[in-house]
Amino acid sequence: MTLDRNHYECIVRLENLQLNYGKVEALKNISFEVKNNEIVGLIGDNGAGKSSLIKVITGVEKPTRGKLFVRDKEISFKGHSVKKVHDLGIETVYQTSSLGEKQSLWRNFFVGRQIKNRWGLIDVQKEKTIAQEMLLEKIGFRGVGITVDSPISELSGGERQGVAIGRAMYFDADLIILDEPTVALSLKEVAKVLNFVREIKDSGRSCIYIEHNMYHVYEVCDRFVILDRGEVVNVIEKHEISLNQLNEYLLSLSTKKSV
Amino acid sequence: MQSNDTNAINGAGSGKDPEIRTHIGKWARIEGLPIILVFLGLIGLFMIAAPKTFLGYYIYMSFLSTIPPPLILGLGLTLIIAGGEIDLSFPSIIAFAGFVFAYLFKNYQWTWAAFILTILAGIIIGLINGLIITKIGMPSIIATLSTGFFWTGLTVVFSGGLSYNIAELEKLNIYEFFVHRIGGIFPVQSLWALGIAVILWFVLNRSAFGEHILFMGDNLQVAKVVGINVDRTKIVLFVLMGALSAFAGLLLTIENTTFWATQGSGFLLIVMAAVFIGGTSIFGGQGIIVGTFFGSFIVGSIEAGIVATGIQGFYTRLVVGLVLLVAISFHLFMEKPEKRAILANFFKFHR
Repeated sequence: MTLDRNHYECIVRLENLQLNYGKVEALKNISFEVKNNEIVGLIGDNGAGKSSLIKVITGVEKPTRGKLFVRDKEISFKGHSVKKVHDLGIETVYQTSSLGEKQSLWRNFFVGRQIKNRWGLIDVQKEKTIAQEMLLEKIGFRGVGITVDSPISELSGGERQGVAIGRAMYFDADLIILDEPTVALSLKEVAKVLNFVREIKDSGRSCIYIEHNMYHVYEVCDRFVILDRGEVVNVIEKHEISLNQLNEYLLSLSTKKSV
Repeated sequence: MQSNDTNAINGAGSGKDPEIRTHIGKWARIEGLPIILVFLGLIGLFMIAAPKTFLGYYIYMSFLSTIPPPLILGLGLTLIIAGGEIDLSFPSIIAFAGFVFAYLFKNYQWTWAAFILTILAGIIIGLINGLIITKIGMPSIIATLSTGFFWTGLTVVFSGGLSYNIAELEKLNIYEFFVHRIGGIFPVQSLWALGIAVILWFVLNRSAFGEHILFMGDNLQVAKVVGINVDRTKIVLFVLMGALSAFAGLLLTIENTTFWATQGSGFLLIVMAAVFIGGTSIFGGQGIIVGTFFGSFIVGSIEAGIVATGIQGFYTRLVVGLVLLVAISFHLFMEKPEKRAILANFFKFHR
């Protein structure tokens, strides 16, 4: 799965994407793109459509209509699935639901992409060895009593994000989607996650970063896409706006809504 | 002592004391160990209380012929419960499968063809369960309750509520193949059950399908986002349960060389009891095949044990209930790391 990260302009591009749940329009005619090696902050209130949009990109939901391009090539929504999106090099780290609580760390690492031996069974030894390497080198758990056999329920919030993020890194994703990764984390752990977002950029990958905390978003993102009630209402480059202006703009949006 | 306790709790909870964590880990990692000990203890108790019966081999051979059908059901149910689902329809499959086999044998003298069609019937019933649960979105407890009634009812309607005597089966090789007594004493169906247990252990613990079952039972949302085809996994799971139930029904019918319209109706609660005594969590996400194996033997031996000790047979269910309560309390205790640590500390202190 070695991917040449230079031959495309946009890792993901959406054209006129519509998603209806019955009569409710969750996404209205959305168009937006994530360029090669770009970090896009997806901003919007609860119910603005962030989650729906992410579900479409990650293959959990099929849109009512619209087009999806990955690395400038159109992807058919026929047979659109999480697995297919994984194979395209897109990984997601969810705020809470990325890991199975009762399952061991090594199972969580490889679930859905098991390493199999010649009998078609899971190669437990190999999976554990790789998970162990990742644990020590990339995620940096040292001497905290966590092993690859520990169930996720014994990990702290930050450690969990570390595992989910390490997993995305290991599978060499070109686009990593972070869905509110710093919710309920301590300051020290937030710093770790933000560092990881910078690492995504440094390693030539792209990222969609969803977060309510504007300080975090502004710090790491190159561009902001603002969603409101299922629509893209604005796209702003970082150099066009200061953090204060961004905050004021968002505040004005929500006041407009309540009037 | 007081401060020791607190340390242990903190250690296991926050990971500051790796020594305790690994110490407990190793101890608890032998699958089904507590339940194996309970089983041995129970047999030991019976040996003391009823030495005449329990020091001979005959009673054990009897267990090995009667326990395989509920054991096979329990193994299948372990996977279902690990996947966060439940199946209440397997007793009806025992009846229906027995009917299909007995009917085909009695009327057409089919043996192996009847065997294959019976398994197929189980697969179809399982498939119907799976489709109702995934495509209609009915909770499995309701879906299988309904289909259970339906197939039991259909069995009674088709058979006219009668029993079929198929004693001619005893001369045929299918009888030998499934319920032969090796050396005149050892029931071969116990080897079938053991084989299925080994296979299902690998299915649950070492196959991608098994891992998908575990994640599905753990958290359905997580299962979806990591790319598991949840509907397909559920359907395959119920098909597997259907096939296993049909096979259990066959063993029962062939062993008895009789089909009863009501066969299997007593299995629902004892099979569930065996699974939970074995340590499989009702909350899903985890299943203990070894536990179910010994849990089935515990439940299966309690009745014979109680009768042999001279206590009235009426006490059987009461004792099963008590064993169930104690076993599950123990398992719940073991699930919490901080409580495990207290337990370990307790043993350390007394060593």
